[in-house]
Amino acid sequence: MTLNVTRAAAAALLAFVMANGTAMAEPAKPECLAGAKPGGGFDLTCRLAANSLLASKIIGAPMQVTYMEGGVGAVAYNHVIGKRGADGNLITAASSGSALLIAQGKFGQYDESAVRWLGALGADYGVLVVSAESPYKTLGELVTAYKATPADFAIGGGGAVGSQDWMKASLLAKAAKQDPKAMRYVALEGGGAVLTALEGGHIKVGSGDAAEMGQHHKAGKVRILAVMAPERLPGDLAQIPTAREQGIDIDWIVWRGYYMGKDVAAADYDWWVEGFKKLSATPEFLAERQARGLFEFNMFGQDFDAKVKADVARFKVLAKEAGL
Amino acid sequence: MNLDYLWGGFAIALTWQNLLIGLVGCFLGTLIGALPAIGPINGIALLLPIAYTMGLPPESTMILLAAVYCGAEYGGRISSILLNVPGDAGAVMTALDGYPLAKQGRAGEALAISGISSFVGGVIGAIGLALFAPILSSLAIGFGPAEYFVLMIFALATLGAMVGSQPVKTLMGCVLGLMLATVGLDATSGSYRFTFNEPELGDGIEFVVLVIGLFSISEALIILENQSAGVTMIRKLGRMMARLDDLRKCVAPTLRGSAIGFVIGVLPGTGASVASAISYTTEKRISDRDGTFGKGDVRGLAAPEAANNATACGAFVPMLTLGVPGSGTTAVMLGALMLYNIQPGPMLMSEHPEMVGGLVASLFIGNFFLLALNLPLVNLFARVLTIPNWLLVPGILVLSIVGVYSTNASSLSLYLMLAIGLMGWLLRKLGFDMAPIILGFVLGDVMEINMRNALAISGGDISIFFKSWISLVLWGLAVAVAVLPFLLGRRAKQRKERGLTLDAEAQP
Repeated sequence: MTLNVTRAAAAALLAFVMANGTAMAEPAKPECLAGAKPGGGFDLTCRLAANSLLASKIIGAPMQVTYMEGGVGAVAYNHVIGKRGADGNLITAASSGSALLIAQGKFGQYDESAVRWLGALGADYGVLVVSAESPYKTLGELVTAYKATPADFAIGGGGAVGSQDWMKASLLAKAAKQDPKAMRYVALEGGGAVLTALEGGHIKVGSGDAAEMGQHHKAGKVRILAVMAPERLPGDLAQIPTAREQGIDIDWIVWRGYYMGKDVAAADYDWWVEGFKKLSATPEFLAERQARGLFEFNMFGQDFDAKVKADVARFKVLAKEAGL
Repeated sequence: MNLDYLWGGFAIALTWQNLLIGLVGCFLGTLIGALPAIGPINGIALLLPIAYTMGLPPESTMILLAAVYCGAEYGGRISSILLNVPGDAGAVMTALDGYPLAKQGRAGEALAISGISSFVGGVIGAIGLALFAPILSSLAIGFGPAEYFVLMIFALATLGAMVGSQPVKTLMGCVLGLMLATVGLDATSGSYRFTFNEPELGDGIEFVVLVIGLFSISEALIILENQSAGVTMIRKLGRMMARLDDLRKCVAPTLRGSAIGFVIGVLPGTGASVASAISYTTEKRISDRDGTFGKGDVRGLAAPEAANNATACGAFVPMLTLGVPGSGTTAVMLGALMLYNIQPGPMLMSEHPEMVGGLVASLFIGNFFLLALNLPLVNLFARVLTIPNWLLVPGILVLSIVGVYSTNASSLSLYLMLAIGLMGWLLRKLGFDMAPIILGFVLGDVMEINMRNALAISGGDISIFFKSWISLVLWGLAVAVAVLPFLLGRRAKQRKERGLTLDAEAQP
C-alpha cells in the first residue's frame, strides 16, 4: 500500500510538471466546489467528476472537493461570481434545482448568464411514490382518487415550497386539475425523511428521485408509481412505467452538471469541455456513474449552456403557473 | 433474535488492522471534538477521501468513521469544561455545570466524571443498537411531524426547570432563541425570512456560529474584563480522579441521560444538541432540589454527557435498519457507503452483515479505547487551565475563528459570530443565562417546522396532535414533568415538617 501511495505521488508530480510544460491548460490544482454539506447531491456530483477524472488519468493531480454550504448552492454561486470568476482550476457542482432557484430569483442578484455552464455528466429522474400498503397501483388510480378528495392527500417532498420536489408534486396536482397552491404539501428535510414519513403513514404520496427511492422500492418498503422520464429507466426500475405511458404528461429530469466563472480563459474552459467529452466515454466513468445511481445524460459546452438557459425559461413559466 | 451478525462483526473488528484503525479514529475524534466549531461531521468529511484513496475496505472505513464520531462526542466536553467553549453541538449543555466546576478548581474531577458518564452512555447506546435496532426502527417511523411537535412540547415542559430564580430573564432568553431560529428559508412557504437578500443567511444562523459567539467570544471578553479590573482568577487543577461519592450520585442521572439520548438519537429528525438539552432539563427537573444546577453540580454534567454519546449510537439505528440517516454525521457515512458501491437502504443488514456487524462491534471496542485514552489524559488536558490569560484569550479567539471559518469558509459568519459574541457579553453582564437562548434556538426550529408540517397534513385540524399513542404518551409525560416536581416537593416538605414535629415530640 505504501508503494501505491508513493507511486501515485510520483505520478501526480510528473503530471504536474508536464501540465506546466504544455500549452493546453490542464489545471494544476483542480478543485470542485460543492455548495452544500458533505454527503449531499452536490458532493455526489463533485465526487463523480473527481474520482473518474483521476481514474481515467485525464487529470494527473487529484481533484480537491471543497464545501460551501448555504441556500442550496446560492452561496457557492455568489462566491464563484464574486471571488473566483477567473479561476480556471475551479468547477462548481450544479443541478436542475439550481436552474429552478435561479428562475425564482433565489440565487441573489445574479441570473443564469453570470457563469459559464460547462457540462452535465449524469441525471436522475423524478418519481412519485406511495407506501407499499397503499391501495393505489398506478398513477392513473392515484390521480383519480386525488381528484375526488384532494384534502385526503398529504404529499411530502424533501424540499421547501418551490423546490424540485414541490414542482413534481404540483405537476401531479395539475394533472388532477387541482390548484397546486391548495395542495397539502409537507416540506420535509431530505429524501430520507420522505421515506420514513411514507412508511409511518404520515403522508400519502412522496415526491423524490429515482436513484434514492429505487433502493427502497426494491426492498419492498415503498412503491414507485411512475418515473418522470421520457423513456423507461434501465436496470432495477425497468418494470416501472413512465408517467407518459400512463397518459400523464409529466417529465422531471434532474441533471447533474458543473459551471465555471464568467472570466475563465477560453483555453481553460475548452480544456474542461474536451476533458469531459473524453471522460464520458471511458469505462472508469461509466462504472463511477453507475455506482452513484445516476443515469446517462451527457451534454457539454454550448449545448449544455443552451439547455440550462432553456430550463430557466421553462421553470419561470412553471413557477408562474404554480403561483409562486 | 439472531445475533450472529454481531459475533461475526467482533471477529472483523478485533483484527489488528481494524483495532489500530479504531484507535487512530478514537484519538482523532477526541481532538476534532475538542476543537471548537469543528464537529464530527467535518472530521468525517475530512477523513473519508483519505480512507478511500488509501484503499481501506468498506468495513474498515466505517469503523474509522464511527470511531471518529464517538470520539468527537467524548472530546467535545473537554473545551466545554475547561474554557466554557463547547467543542461541538452536543457539548453545549456540558458547559453549564462543567465550567463552574472547573472554576471551583475541580476541572480534573469534572473531566473524569464526564469521561466515565460518556463511556456509560456510549456502551448503553451500543447495547441498545445491537439488541433493539429492528424494533426501534418502527419507533423512528412512528414519529411524524405531529409526534415531533409533541416531543418538543415535552422538552419545553422540562424547560420549566430552567426558569429558576429569574423567570423573566429566562423567558426573554428563550424568546430570543426562538426569534433567531426564524431566520432563513421558510420551507412551508418557500420564502426567505429576515435574510436581507443575503444568500449566506438563506439557511439561517448556523448553530455553531451562535454557540461559539455566545459562549467563547463572550467568555474571552469577560476574562479580559476581569483581567483589566485586576480580578485574577485562581485556577487550581485539583484532584485528577472522580470522588466515589460523586460517582454514586451520578449513577441515576447517567442512566437516565443514556436512555433519553439513545431514544432521541434513534429519531431521524433530532440530534445530539436536542438530546443533551432534553436530558439536562429533565435531570434538573428531577434532581435539582437545592438549586445547585448551573453552579457546578456533577449530576448536571453527567446527564448530558451520557446523552450525547448514547445519541451517536442511536443515530445508527435508522441508518442501518432503514437506510435513512439519523443525524448529519450518519448522512455523510451513508454517502461514504456509496463511494464503495454499497447502496444504502433497508437491505443493508441482510446484504452486508459483515459491515453492519463490524460497525456495531467497533462501537463497543471504541468506547473502551476512548475511556482508556481519556482518563489518563485528564491530567494533560487540565493543564490548559495553567495557561496564562495573555495566551489563553488569543488562543480561544483564534480557535473559534479558525473553527467557524473552516466549516463555512464565509467571512459573514465570522462577523455574525463576533456580533453575537458581543451581544452575549452584554446579556451576561445584565445577568442573563446563555442556556435558554440555546434551548429556544434548538427546540424552536424543530418545533415550528413540525407544527406547520403537521397542520399541513391535517389541513389545519389540531386534533392531529392527539391522534397517535406516541403523541398521547408524550403529552402525559409533559404534564408529568410539569406537575410532579411541585407535588413531590410539597410531600418532601410535609415529611420534613412531620419529621421536625416528631423530633420536637421526642425531646422532653
